[in-house]
Amino acid sequence: MGKFFALMATIWEVLVRRVDSYLMAAALAIVGIGLITLFSASDQNISRVTSQVMSLGFALLLMWIIANIQPRQLARAALPLYILGVLLLIAVALGGTVVNGSRRWLNFGFARFQPSELMKIALPLMLAWYFQKHETRVRFRDFILAVVLIALPVWLIKREPDLGTALMIGASGFYVLYLAGLSWKIMLGLLVAAAAAAPLVWPHLHDYQQERILTFLDPARDPLGTGYHSTQASIALGSGGVIGKGWLNGTQTHLDFLPERHTDFIFAVFGEEFGLIGSALLLVLYLLLIGRAFVITINASTLFARLTAGAITLMFFSYAFVNMAMVSGLLPIVGVPLPLISFGGTALVSLFIGLGILMSVQANRKLVKT
Amino acid sequence: MRRLFTNRNRPSTISGPELRDPQRELLHFRRRLLIAGAMVIVAFGGLLGRFVYLQLFQHRHYQTLAESNRIAIVPIVPNRGVMTDRNGVVLAQSYSAYTLEVTPSRVKNLDETIDGLATLVEVQARDRKRFKRLLEESKNFESLPLRTRLSDEEVARFAVNRYRFPGVEIKARLFRQYPFGEVASHVTGYISRINDKDVERIDAWDETANYKGSDYIGKVGVELAYERDLHGTTGWEEVEVDAGGRAVRTLSRTPPISGNNLKLALDIRLQQAAEQAFGDRRGALVAIEPATGDVLAFVSKPGFDPNLFVDGIDPTNWELLNESPDKPLLNRPLRGAYPPGSTIKPFLALAALTSGKRTAAQTIFDPGFYQIAGAAHRFRDDKPGGHGYVDMFKSIVVSCDTYYYMLAGETDIDDTHAFLSQFSFGRKTGIDVEGELLGVLPSRAWKRERFKDKWYLGDSISAGIGQGYNAFTPVQQAQAIAIIANDGVALAPHLVKSIENVKDGTVRQIALQPTQALHVKPEHLAAIKNALVGVPREGTSAQAFVGTKYVSAGKTGTSQVYSLKGEKYSKQVDERLRDHAWYIAYAPADQPRIAIAVLVENGGFGAQAAAPIARAMFDYYLLGQKPRAPAVPGTGPQEPEDESD
Repeated sequence: MGKFFALMATIWEVLVRRVDSYLMAAALAIVGIGLITLFSASDQNISRVTSQVMSLGFALLLMWIIANIQPRQLARAALPLYILGVLLLIAVALGGTVVNGSRRWLNFGFARFQPSELMKIALPLMLAWYFQKHETRVRFRDFILAVVLIALPVWLIKREPDLGTALMIGASGFYVLYLAGLSWKIMLGLLVAAAAAAPLVWPHLHDYQQERILTFLDPARDPLGTGYHSTQASIALGSGGVIGKGWLNGTQTHLDFLPERHTDFIFAVFGEEFGLIGSALLLVLYLLLIGRAFVITINASTLFARLTAGAITLMFFSYAFVNMAMVSGLLPIVGVPLPLISFGGTALVSLFIGLGILMSVQANRKLVKT
Repeated sequence: MRRLFTNRNRPSTISGPELRDPQRELLHFRRRLLIAGAMVIVAFGGLLGRFVYLQLFQHRHYQTLAESNRIAIVPIVPNRGVMTDRNGVVLAQSYSAYTLEVTPSRVKNLDETIDGLATLVEVQARDRKRFKRLLEESKNFESLPLRTRLSDEEVARFAVNRYRFPGVEIKARLFRQYPFGEVASHVTGYISRINDKDVERIDAWDETANYKGSDYIGKVGVELAYERDLHGTTGWEEVEVDAGGRAVRTLSRTPPISGNNLKLALDIRLQQAAEQAFGDRRGALVAIEPATGDVLAFVSKPGFDPNLFVDGIDPTNWELLNESPDKPLLNRPLRGAYPPGSTIKPFLALAALTSGKRTAAQTIFDPGFYQIAGAAHRFRDDKPGGHGYVDMFKSIVVSCDTYYYMLAGETDIDDTHAFLSQFSFGRKTGIDVEGELLGVLPSRAWKRERFKDKWYLGDSISAGIGQGYNAFTPVQQAQAIAIIANDGVALAPHLVKSIENVKDGTVRQIALQPTQALHVKPEHLAAIKNALVGVPREGTSAQAFVGTKYVSAGKTGTSQVYSLKGEKYSKQVDERLRDHAWYIAYAPADQPRIAIAVLVENGGFGAQAAAPIARAMFDYYLLGQKPRAPAVPGTGPQEPEDESD
């Protein structure tokens, strides 16, 4: 008997050894909220929830595996992963599956896969690896190369079209550059360049993308057309009030007024049914998750680990912020899911891979504080 | 070499691999991370602020929006009141039926959709044409009926295939049905879809809310005149709807209140008898109960089938009705003004008695014509050689023109105008439907206004036998003879007898409205009534009234359409240029129960064409005898036919 417990204890030890409990607790709490909300958003159809739970199982497994890999090994995988990612994106451009007018998916028969999700991880890894490799000497050409490394997948994803993901992946690359110490002047220069380029980019945006931006600037412009999503989401949140309408009782949700309510707009469902208290609680949970990730980043032992962990941390933040800001009408509508909550297997898996990397970094942290 | 990364901000005097300072580098990294952390806090703080704004401060506003999203107010159309005749026979009723409706704005290809629907339910070419017509008249977002009165089988067939036809749906609607079709069509009128003009009318009544769910409104006849009684009060249902506008459940309900039921003064059997007596001939008939003003029959021939208008009339039938030379849509009793011809004589005789220009016994000599002193023109009498010595009784019984030429020559037209006005000639009788024509009762003022000309003696002579400028409507004629029958008491004629409030069961009688009493002496009126009795007994209409079991009173009239200058009718004279035939009458003579004005367009001599119809009416109304087939066949109107294709 004692032997059995000892064995179990050993297995448990192995299971949790490199798993960061704070990160895990925060992530699972958020995922739990997500599943509860998903059930409501799917009109109490359990099949979507079970599908998400199965993705979660797979995601946890991958997280565990990656948590058990040394950051060194991860660094070694960076270049192949990046190349694989770019190749898959090219494959998507050539023969991807079209859903809702966007060519974003690769169909492998048994599963569909969105290569842009792989890129979310691969790009920061790649850049971090590159800077680690050239740690001693970062010159102008390295910067140019970094920009090219960022621009290539961003361009491929943007033309799918998936502007939201392209922007987010561009941001993840930028985070690495920022954390690597890119000078403020250049960042300012980039900002100015971006602003100057806006009129040049505008004609290249798709009609619906232009519409979304115009609608954001003036939601009353077309309340039943492109403004509809934004308006209905605000109504859902606002009508939820402080304590919410109660689980499964959201009228905006259950009478079909909320669009995309189990994916990009799931936060509106949550906010309608759980009110300000729920929204604030979710913010706190994200803050805990991100805060813990900051701690892990600070304690990271190598430049590669620091840059990777930092970029992943900031990406979690960006996704959560952009999605909630979009749903609550602070930002124009871009197709960005709410991390760990929106329905979607691929996104869940890539997020847990990110968590796995953070845990790997945490397990290999500097033991001695400087 | 420019430096790109600030954490290597040592002097760059050394070329080659730069020395690293891990401590310093780490410090830089942490500073950047700290800045990022601050950004996270600020951004989340911003989000929290936004949530507080939306969910706390703006909660009430969004709550209202969510409610108005969720709750739709659906009007429940009330049942339109039923119309019955004076004996309770239904003349107009509502029934619920399924219609197949198309919302053009939600349909991509209308023709394809209609073709597809035609494979499931019967869609005839006339349905298509009618739909096209509705389409042109309506706004795109309205749902328009393609087919009405679907059979249960058709409903079931469509229901199965419904998914194939977005923008097409089956609706239960209230329809109006007129069981008697053409009979009394100008009385009931019809309802039809509400158009822009009707909307203005509804606005003027301040009834916009009450008509929210209504598609139909009274357009003519009693349906128009009593619209506000018939319509009823719209009910409301608060329903929860989803984003697609489908009702999910009912939250509250205010039931509609049905419109008031109308009992008409009309006797539909008498009406049928009258229409039957007309046969194919064009004309009008108005029968009034003298003591009450009840309109017992109100005929305009040809009529039309009001049922055609309810769903929106199809263009083929519309053309047939609208362009027919017989003018079936013209409400002749109300809006047809015809010279009264000799029917005016008893009224002029009464005027002469009242003014003292003649006594009943006074005679004149009729040589067969009348000449104005010093003029060559001879006003001819009907009878060549004349009637010889003629008193007032005979002047009416034989309808002596010369008697009235002479009288007119001595009478000022304005005096005549003033007296005859009492019979509502040239004025509205006050009948309870809209559109009554004034007709013409000439006077100096009228001629000055109308022709910018003065009144000539010749005008008076023509007017003296009911020709010239005189033009009366059949309603005016019926009202005038009813006033005589009722011993000078004028009551406004009315088609509706009582109004029943369905909700509380109260019945409101249409009050008798005495318009004015005639200013005549009873003995004068008696003399005239006596002469009117002589007309069917021994006078111009004697042939038509041979062997009646009651005593009637009447007067024939023939109004010239075209002057033949003494010629006889020949086959060359166009049927439509023939004279109009009049007969005004009442019976029984001592206690009149019914007063009638009959007009047969282009009927020729009044005694031949119009008097037999009046007799048929009396026989039916007083004795219960069914009328025989019309004696004089005429060229009838083309019945609007269904197109066969």
